[in-house]
Amino acid sequence: MFTINQYVLAESLEQAYALNQSRINVILGGTLWLKMGRKKFNKAIDLSALGLDTIEEDEDQFKIGCMCTLRQVETHQGLDQHFDGVVAKALESIVGVQLRNGATVGGTLYSRFGFSDVLTVLMALDASVERYKGGIVSLADYAAMRPDNDILVRVLIKKDPRRASYSCFRKSAGDFPVLNCAVSKLEDQWAVVIGARPGRARRIMFTVAGTPSEENIQSIVETVRGSIPFGTNLLGSAAYRRILAEVLLRRNIEAILMGGAQ
Amino acid sequence: MIINLWINDKEFMDDVAPDKMLLDYLRSKGFFSVKRGCETSNCGMCTVLLDGKPVLSCSTLTVRANGKHIATLEGLQAEALEIGGFMADEGAEQCGFCNPGFIMNVIAMKRELKDPGEDQIKKYLMGNLCRCSGYMGQLRAIKKYLAAEKEGAQ
Ligand SMILES: Cc1cc2nc3c(=O)[nH]c(=O)nc-3n(C[C@H](O)[C@H](O)[C@H](O)COP(=O)(O)OP(=O)(O)OC[C@H]3O[C@@H](n4cnc5c(N)ncnc54)[C@H](O)[C@@H]3O)c2cc1C
Ligand code: FES
Ligand code: FES
Repeated sequence: MFTINQYVLAESLEQAYALNQSRINVILGGTLWLKMGRKKFNKAIDLSALGLDTIEEDEDQFKIGCMCTLRQVETHQGLDQHFDGVVAKALESIVGVQLRNGATVGGTLYSRFGFSDVLTVLMALDASVERYKGGIVSLADYAAMRPDNDILVRVLIKKDPRRASYSCFRKSAGDFPVLNCAVSKLEDQWAVVIGARPGRARRIMFTVAGTPSEENIQSIVETVRGSIPFGTNLLGSAAYRRILAEVLLRRNIEAILMGGAQ
Repeated sequence: MIINLWINDKEFMDDVAPDKMLLDYLRSKGFFSVKRGCETSNCGMCTVLLDGKPVLSCSTLTVRANGKHIATLEGLQAEALEIGGFMADEGAEQCGFCNPGFIMNVIAMKRELKDPGEDQIKKYLMGNLCRCSGYMGQLRAIKKYLAAEKEGAQ
């Protein structure tokens, strides 16, 4: 368990940011992950009172506040009507409804977990994150950065007519993924994201005019298998993951060609 | 920190440590249906309803329940007994340790989903582990319970 000396319900992002500059203070997401550690913190900064627990939808984009829970995102009707419902599809395999009612979008993306299903799917949708000081940056770039003392305020997802599909492999329901994969297609741009390699998700973009032929697909598979590094951990070996990558990738491409989702 | 909350509709005011987890606080108040079955937020045994939503009390800071309503199994006896009856009829359980958290989440599911099919039931209850059974008895019991409820409502 982690320990906290003092709880601060932040009154502004400025106050939260100032407090977060000290290494011994911490921002609270849903505390699901923090709970697994044993760190001792001085001040715990709660962003709950800043109205960041809503999903705003306008004509161009979805703006998801960092304090939204994964379950809120998963059950959002507007999101479900976009991208072939791929977001809910990716989130529903994470542990259970109760955990997803607690885990936050901010804590999830800030942590940039290698195994993250959320990172994988949102990178395929070309999402961006808005930071309090650092401004807006693409999630793919954010994922590659080292965690810093800024605050992740919102996640932004453009409403484009993208088709998308997600699949993962788990040894049992609710367990960590052995590998996960999301693919999206916007006109002739294909985005392939592989996560739980077990390292952080990586994305590769491909341009394929029209419907990809078996040769095109084979060449995407080879590029992915050849240029994305796979590693070994308790859940599986690098060689096994490389085989799984082809299976998941092909399933996603086929699903998109058949009309999306999985 | 001084907090004010409602547990099963009864108001409580307490000075709690900022890092006290809701599970420990609830047990300290005598709500022993709330149990810890793991250290990794995986088992669902500690499920309570926080403003109506099922959450893991083992991983929720008590201060976050300030101003909110919590329901534990102690406050949902009628529903719990009914569901428990269906479980017993199916011989669903052995040790019964997983029961309170499981029933809490069945209640949450019934309130949230309309007419869930088998797939939806499994997905909703995925975060409730039972180490004795194979979940088949529970699944039969839930289906029968939901069917009976539906019939009763008609
Ligand atoms: C047992 C278990 C199994 C899991 N399995 C999976 C899985 O299979 N797939 C998957 O994708 N995920 C999985 N997760 C991860 C989960 O979905 C969440 O991503 C994780 O719990 C972090 O979210 P949180 O809200 O709990 O963050 P917290 O634990 O509260 O915080 C995590 C970190 O983020 C920081 N932080 C929080 N909010 C912000 C913010 N707005 N700005 C800057 N920093 C912030 C905190 O200071 C902390 O350092 C699992 C988690 C657990 C506990
Ligand atoms: S005690 Fe296991 S999930 Fe809370
Ligand atoms: S009956 Fe023993 S854990 Fe479920």
